[in-house]
Amino acid sequence: MSGLERDLLVLFPECLLALAAMGLLMIGVISGPNSFRSVTIAAICALVIACYFVVEPLTGATSAFQSAFVADSFARFAKVLVLLGSALTLLMAQEFLEREKIAFFEFPVLVLLSAIGMLFMVSASNFIALYLGFELQSLSLYVLAAFNRDSVRSSEAGLKYFVLGALSSGMMLYGISFIYGFAGTTSFGAVAHAVAHAGANIGMIFGLVFLIAGLAFKVSAVPFHMWTPDVYEGSPTPITAFFSVAPKTAAMALFVRVMLEAMPGAIHEWRQIVVFVSVLSMFLGSIAAIGQTNIKRLMAYSSIAHMGYALMGLAAGTFQGVEGVLIYLAIYVITNVGVFVCILAMRRKGGMVETIPDLAGLARTDPGLALAFAVLFISLAGIPPFAGFFAKFYVFLAAIEAHLYVLAVLGVISSVVGAYYYLRIVKIIYFDESAPAFEGNLGMRLGAIAAGSSLFNLFFVVIASPVVAAAAIGAKALVP
Amino acid sequence: MNHIPLLSIANFLPLLGALFILVARGNRDSLAQTARVVALTTTVADLVVALIVWSRFDSTTPAFQFVEEAAWLGNGITYRVGVDGISMLFVVLTAGLMPFCILASWKSITERVPEYMIAFLLLETMMIGVFTSLNLVLFYVFFEGGLVPMFLIIGIWGGTRRVYASFKFFLYTLLGSLLMLLAILSIYFQTGTTDIETLISTAHFSPAMQTWLWLAFFASFAVKMPMWPVHTWLPDAHVEAPTAGSVILAGVLLKMGGYGFLRFSVPMLPNASEMFAPLIFVLSIVAVIYTSLVALAQDDMKKLIAYSSVAHMGLVTMGIFSLTQQGIDGGIFQMLSHGIVSGALFLCVGVVYDRLHTREIAAYGGLVERMPVYAVCFMVFTLANMGLPGTSGFVGEFLTMLGTFQVNTWVVIFAATGMILSAAYMLYLYGRVIFGALVKPALKVMQDLSAREIAVLAPLVAFTIILGVYPRIITDETTVSVAHLVAQHRMAMNTDRGAARVTLDQQTACSDKLGMRVNRTALGSAKGADANTCGPQPEPVEGRMASTQSFRSTVEFAP
Repeated sequence: MSGLERDLLVLFPECLLALAAMGLLMIGVISGPNSFRSVTIAAICALVIACYFVVEPLTGATSAFQSAFVADSFARFAKVLVLLGSALTLLMAQEFLEREKIAFFEFPVLVLLSAIGMLFMVSASNFIALYLGFELQSLSLYVLAAFNRDSVRSSEAGLKYFVLGALSSGMMLYGISFIYGFAGTTSFGAVAHAVAHAGANIGMIFGLVFLIAGLAFKVSAVPFHMWTPDVYEGSPTPITAFFSVAPKTAAMALFVRVMLEAMPGAIHEWRQIVVFVSVLSMFLGSIAAIGQTNIKRLMAYSSIAHMGYALMGLAAGTFQGVEGVLIYLAIYVITNVGVFVCILAMRRKGGMVETIPDLAGLARTDPGLALAFAVLFISLAGIPPFAGFFAKFYVFLAAIEAHLYVLAVLGVISSVVGAYYYLRIVKIIYFDESAPAFEGNLGMRLGAIAAGSSLFNLFFVVIASPVVAAAAIGAKALVP
Repeated sequence: MNHIPLLSIANFLPLLGALFILVARGNRDSLAQTARVVALTTTVADLVVALIVWSRFDSTTPAFQFVEEAAWLGNGITYRVGVDGISMLFVVLTAGLMPFCILASWKSITERVPEYMIAFLLLETMMIGVFTSLNLVLFYVFFEGGLVPMFLIIGIWGGTRRVYASFKFFLYTLLGSLLMLLAILSIYFQTGTTDIETLISTAHFSPAMQTWLWLAFFASFAVKMPMWPVHTWLPDAHVEAPTAGSVILAGVLLKMGGYGFLRFSVPMLPNASEMFAPLIFVLSIVAVIYTSLVALAQDDMKKLIAYSSVAHMGLVTMGIFSLTQQGIDGGIFQMLSHGIVSGALFLCVGVVYDRLHTREIAAYGGLVERMPVYAVCFMVFTLANMGLPGTSGFVGEFLTMLGTFQVNTWVVIFAATGMILSAAYMLYLYGRVIFGALVKPALKVMQDLSAREIAVLAPLVAFTIILGVYPRIITDETTVSVAHLVAQHRMAMNTDRGAARVTLDQQTACSDKLGMRVNRTALGSAKGADANTCGPQPEPVEGRMASTQSFRSTVEFAP
């Protein structure tokens, strides 16, 4: 087997998706606008098959192209989440896009392309590979944000996302150039070697700061979060769901890998920044969410806060920390998908409604949906015995273990603040007088996703150990 | 010992009932009726299980019994449950109060009945879980998991300011609990285990560490208890909660705080407990005196009883942190007795509230003429709440004071004024509601207790009196475990001071002996304290309290 062949086998899932994306693009172009449904189904199949090959790799080798690309167990864990998030997005978007009359076959293709970008991000072990994956993902996402091109809000969201995203990419590239300049290499391993030997000199730290700024933008951590509420609000809801899960997972995984593989020698330098960013994200996310009336904006702030908690695990920088981040991401992805499916059900007189008071008294008009909302929001608040508690449990554990007591206490305080706004929604759903009922119901498919997500959150307490074990294996790849 | 997982059954039976209600289908009325019947059946069945646990419980050993273990999160975090003399009776209390709550809500709750019953059953699972878990993480999950159903109970079926009250209840307790979570995490990180039994018997933290851990646990338990000055959520929650919610809140949820102190703070953090005992005493006294005075000024019946709960819990904390056999025995007794008495008082308020829909004391007066049976029941609980000898309230108050007396006389002198004040506010309440002239027209058509209400209140009257005249029912079960706890505490303190009068071996032998030798004289309080010292066997003391004997032995022991 030649070197290239071996390398391509490592990249098999990515290659498969790339071929599928190009093939589906052709099919879409040839068969015209009616192909949306079949292209979507084919794209979902491609994602599922890719997921299978991620879990069951064809070859035992874990790195390819002079270790620019790594397919270790850490990457595997994150990739499964990315693919899961993408597939569920396609599943929930289909009906919505058809109803909103924006069912173009480009949508599944764009999701596939961004998924490929994310897989590359997760596996990147070289700054060039990192940047390529990053940009492939971002460019697809810009288009997706503006996908409802007849809507002013959607176009605005796309444009905003693009301008700020381009800025952050530029900053990150600038940082990478510094790191390259001072380390003389773009490979993570070699950079780590250089840092370990020469120490983290000022140029390297300069580069590190810019790099973190770019990454913080992608995970929407404060102070680079400004785009999040607007983009979340403006984008079509299934696309918002996509934004809130897949790119977040990929960027967070990338963040963890860069810091721990390329910069382990500079941990004291980047830890300060990560702690700072984490605390700010937790507090801004929790406090700003209180005043929101639009549920998508609320979810935007909620996701900012959640990224703050996940960063707490990274700040620890230990095995426990990486494990915590992975568990956090897994629970976050599944819960958020569930919440957005529930938001999709908020429909009245043919149009979507998005304000929180629209949910008033939902417990009387649709007890099932209300229960799903309640379970998911209480889980996001981190109240046991729901899954969200275990997510927080493991990152707090990592913070305590790394002696980051102040960070942990601040995290506790902000989660009490956060609990307030999640509970406020539960209160509106259960305590308030009913608003008019929503039109129609979720339907089989969305209902199944919402139910699955709620059940996962309910029963995580029972089924936790396989997830924890998988995360531990993933974390072992980064921090042996 | 037995192969039936009794505790897990007790734990998850209510959950099963809740699931059953969840999947039941039918029209609104039949569904409501099904929910009521299922909830009652489940809670009664759960009570039976709890009673079986009690009947099979071996009160001669301080070890955990009915222990079950199963893999859970991995890395030493397992599902492990078991009970000892301290926790077993709380399980029985919880299971015992639930059927009354369901019965009390039979007619008064007409809105969203299935959801209501589900919330109560979930709450029962969580509460029993708290008292049975032998793993810190498991404990925490149950401890905080109970917040959600209670939040819904107050928020959906509560009074006019229910939203405010439910949020206050939730956020107050959440902040406290999260600090405890951090303490749990650092214990886990330091010792590598979260198994409560192991931690109690082997863990030793440095004094500085103990201080922080103690404060973190304190934050949680003090709020839950509630202790002054973090008690303000309780009156609001009580006033707004539906009757059964108040019963559970006063009867069981408050006890989690005291239980937490006994299970974690005292055995795991002995030095800090000793160090902070004066703080607890001060807070307890303030609670007793201040909240009693506040209770005097209330116009709302529920609020008055809520404040009296805070005062009574003050006595509990005082007793626990006296760190003596009688004090702790008394604390446990007081919690159990208060669980029954205050629960019953809230039920009594519920009875008249259902008829008149007001809790204003001024709206009542002269009820004895229309409701003689009610007046009798209410009187028994009023007297019990005052701590009249012959009722269960007396034993607990007396024992806590007795225990504390050995440590600090002044504390007891102040606490004793609380007893006078409690007589004042309770009699004042009783006088205004039951006696006086029956002039208000709305009261003239009041009906006396229905058969269902008698069925609810009569057993509680019986328990109150039985426990008052024959307290051994409870103390027999708790004594050995408490003695072990106190012995362990002494041992830890002595080891630390390096001035142990009794060597470690002797101590171990001593606690071994403790396991076998059970001579059930009187309250049995004396033997624990004696066993600690391994001093000469005391002559059996007749009489109810056996106080002088143990008092002497404790003094002897003091280095």
